[in-house]
Amino acid sequence: MAGGGDLKVLGVWTSPFVIRVRIVLNLKGLAYEYAEEDLGNKSALLLGSNPVNKTVPVLLHGGRPVNESQVIIQYIDEVWAGSGPAVLPRDPYERAVARFWAAYVDDKVGSAWTGMLFRCRNEEERAAAVARADEALRTLEGALGECSGGEKPFFGGDGIELVDVVLGGYLGWFAAIDRIIGRKLIDPARTPLLAAWEQRFRAADAARGVVPDDVDKVLAFLQTLLAIGSNK
Amino acid sequence: MAGEKKGLQLLDLWVSPFGQRCRIALAEKGLPYEYLEQDLGNKSELLLRSNPVHKKIPVLLHDGRPVCESLIIVQYIDEAFPGNAPALLPADPYARAQARFWADYVDKKLYDCGTRLWKLKGEAQQQARKEMLDILRTLDAALGDAKFFGGEAFGFADVALAPFTAWFLTYERHGEFSVEKECPRLAAWAKRCGERESVAKTLSSPEKVYEFVGVLKKRFGIE
Repeated sequence: MAGGGDLKVLGVWTSPFVIRVRIVLNLKGLAYEYAEEDLGNKSALLLGSNPVNKTVPVLLHGGRPVNESQVIIQYIDEVWAGSGPAVLPRDPYERAVARFWAAYVDDKVGSAWTGMLFRCRNEEERAAAVARADEALRTLEGALGECSGGEKPFFGGDGIELVDVVLGGYLGWFAAIDRIIGRKLIDPARTPLLAAWEQRFRAADAARGVVPDDVDKVLAFLQTLLAIGSNK
Repeated sequence: MAGEKKGLQLLDLWVSPFGQRCRIALAEKGLPYEYLEQDLGNKSELLLRSNPVHKKIPVLLHDGRPVCESLIIVQYIDEAFPGNAPALLPADPYARAQARFWADYVDKKLYDCGTRLWKLKGEAQQQARKEMLDILRTLDAALGDAKFFGGEAFGFADVALAPFTAWFLTYERHGEFSVEKECPRLAAWAKRCGERESVAKTLSSPEKVYEFVGVLKKRFGIE
């Protein structure tokens, strides 16, 4: 297993942004040390490595920090261009399309995610955020159908690529939200392509052990996060 | 097919700092293109077809194929025309990561905070003012004593931020502060950027931006 000098990830096990980085490292066959951060008591290493945003994930490569999950992913893809599959397409236009959808996911799905869990003050606000998530997932269903004609297993085609890992990072939380709202966000009846994609993604080697699959554990952790948030 | 015209077209709005990033990148690369001013109050079929998801400018059309989102467009320009100097992103992956980080920082923080600064009043405006100073000081510190965010060469992070230098006057007047005083290195950098032909020919004048914001405020019923 390549490591190319020491690799360390500072993360939080449920963070969609951390999960996607870990999946990419797995795809590339890269060994790394993982350090779980307590968001209520951030380590000196985290604060020193990411003084501007003070967030996870942080990738430390030979001690040098790289911050922001999509920046980290592109860094890994470029440094280890020879190892494992490409995480971004090689063609410039296809790269632009992949970046577009990755940005869309974090913009629309990401903001709905914070709205569904952390920013809603009542059930009405949560429902509004759920509606926004539904709309975003409908659009992504269309995008998945378009980019492969509904024929390929992943957004990236035959293999997992940028858009897959960016969206895939949210799956652990989606299962928890499904429990809270009493129905599936990614519903085979409404978004059949995404539902099939989810099964394939969760089953992928690179995702196993990294995408949380214990809903009770995730829901318990949600309470911890909410408590940290309210103590700010 | 969005449009079948050969070559480069840019769907844009004259004052948009996001559109200006693309214009600067195209100018830096010496790439000819057709500029198509859009009326956002009455969106063209071409715009709606080219960016059905967001219906926003800027959109770059290359042989009819649309690329959307300003920073994605700038990277596309850099990657699709590798023979055209200068490279906007450096060769070294770590330096590229730094450039992308700062471009992302500008994208996430500056425009929204600036909008709150001129839109809001009272305590909310004071909060926006505080945040704006924090953002500008952070950028000032990140720049340090370097000529550009990219170091010696004008690059991706510089392209991402340069159009907003035309908005400094608007931020200053609404926030009652001076960029020169609070962030002298950033102010000097802004001047250096303004000396580049690509930037000088692209940016709206600060007074025109201030006037534009005045029109928006009237439209929103803000004093």
